[in-house]
Amino acid sequence: MTPEQARHAIEESLVQVAPDADLGSLGPDADLRDSLELDSLDFLNFIEALSERAGRRIEEDDYPHLATMASAIKFLADR
Amino acid sequence: MPALGADMDEGTVLEWLVKPGAPVCKGDIIAVIDTAKSAIEVESFHTGTVERLIVEPGETVPVGTVLALIAEPAAETAAAAPAEQPPAPPPPPKAPARVPSARNRPSRQPGTAEPHPAGASSPLVRHLAHDLGVDLTVVPGTGRAGTVTRADVERAAAARQPKAMRPRAPQRKASPQAARQRISPRARRVAAQLGVSMSDVTGTGPGGAVREADVRKAAATPQATPRQPPGAAEREPVVAATPAAKRARTMRQAIAQLMARSKREIPHYYLSNTVDMTAAMSWLHQRNRELAVSERLVPAALLLKAAAVAARQVPDLNGYWEGDHFVPAAAVHLGVPISLRGGGLLTPAIHDASDLPPGELMARLRDLVTRARAGRLRRAELTEATITVTNLGDQGVEAVFGVIYPPQVALVGIGKLTEKPVASHGLIGARPVVVTTLSADHRSSDGYTGARYLAALSDLLQRPEEL
Repeated sequence: MTPEQARHAIEESLVQVAPDADLGSLGPDADLRDSLELDSLDFLNFIEALSERAGRRIEEDDYPHLATMASAIKFLADR
Repeated sequence: MPALGADMDEGTVLEWLVKPGAPVCKGDIIAVIDTAKSAIEVESFHTGTVERLIVEPGETVPVGTVLALIAEPAAETAAAAPAEQPPAPPPPPKAPARVPSARNRPSRQPGTAEPHPAGASSPLVRHLAHDLGVDLTVVPGTGRAGTVTRADVERAAAARQPKAMRPRAPQRKASPQAARQRISPRARRVAAQLGVSMSDVTGTGPGGAVREADVRKAAATPQATPRQPPGAAEREPVVAATPAAKRARTMRQAIAQLMARSKREIPHYYLSNTVDMTAAMSWLHQRNRELAVSERLVPAALLLKAAAVAARQVPDLNGYWEGDHFVPAAAVHLGVPISLRGGGLLTPAIHDASDLPPGELMARLRDLVTRARAGRLRRAELTEATITVTNLGDQGVEAVFGVIYPPQVALVGIGKLTEKPVASHGLIGARPVVVTTLSADHRSSDGYTGARYLAALSDLLQRPEEL
């Protein structure tokens, strides 16, 4: 995945979980869960959607990598 | 109009999902009702045939009002046309069963009324109706006990339009044969946000279903047609749910009323306990590694399961305070407050939560959250909780001491899962812990009972594989 593809996949997954989310105002290092007020179920839905889009399984141990937009892009683009 | 929660005084029929003449089974969803808090799907309390829809979509009526008449299955519906009546009890003595109020009796099984034999019109009247081509099921009866008389039939025949219009069909009412307007939940939500009335929307989806795009188009049309063109009259009017801004206000008021009542009437006592989550978390972690992402459990689901099982072990906290005494509930229906995007909260129940495997409970929870936010909860889900568990851990608070939902007698609070230094077997280590709390009604239980509950909850979480 290129960083651009990764960003796209992340944004689409976030919109799916939180349709009213304002991704434009989201800084690269802002905490996704806090900024978008995702609870644990929302976050799991996000992970599920993202796993599907990225075409690979995301483990619970990987969650820390998905804390912010910047770290998530790096995580997905690295592999 | 059933009471969809202890705080509800009136409701608005948004949509009927059945037509007169349709067979319904007990439990079938037959209507969507709008309350101060949300649009809610309401089921039939009886099995039988829909005889008449009394309250029109858009009408707001008090709790207890008769919404529709359903003829018992054995009844000869052709002979059972009920009397024209104001939308308030009492129903005609021999009328089909009416939809009862479930106000303040969340645990009671509705629909236990004795079967009513249908009011019988005489064979002569039936014969006449047949000759004149009058459908007796829609003729208002003026005879004894609402039976249809010869005069009623003749009047109905005379009033008939050339196109066999139903005698009492109002202008915008659909003929029973017409398909009801189908609307996607998303379209309904968008309509509510935009303040679009469904009767102004033309559906372009499969079978004329209304889609989001249709709603947006209708919203963009400067002057939505106030009267429908003749061709559109076959659609049943469907009313949009309360617009978002008004909804936020009415929901706040509903919450205010219920919580004020709780604090006014219930002498709360509070307990708390810090639970070591090491065993639970490693079990969860192991399990989640082996299963598909979609089957993954969040800690909240395991905590809910444990809370439900503990409620069965300490039944004095699971049930209702009714008047001056506690009535234990037979099953554990776990109320789960769900915060809505845009403000406010709903507290639907997970039925029989103590008997569900954690995976199933998790699936139910996800389903409830989705439907709560889409405004598609069902009546039973909003009225039958026997104990509530609130989880504010995701919001980062350490502990939550909640306000009990009357007429329930206990509310369990779950805080944030954090790593803390914990002394165990003489050693200090970093362990995941969660603060569990209990708010309970001191009228129905004492601190001793509450303490047993929190201890049971903690014990259960040490043996997660048994949950």
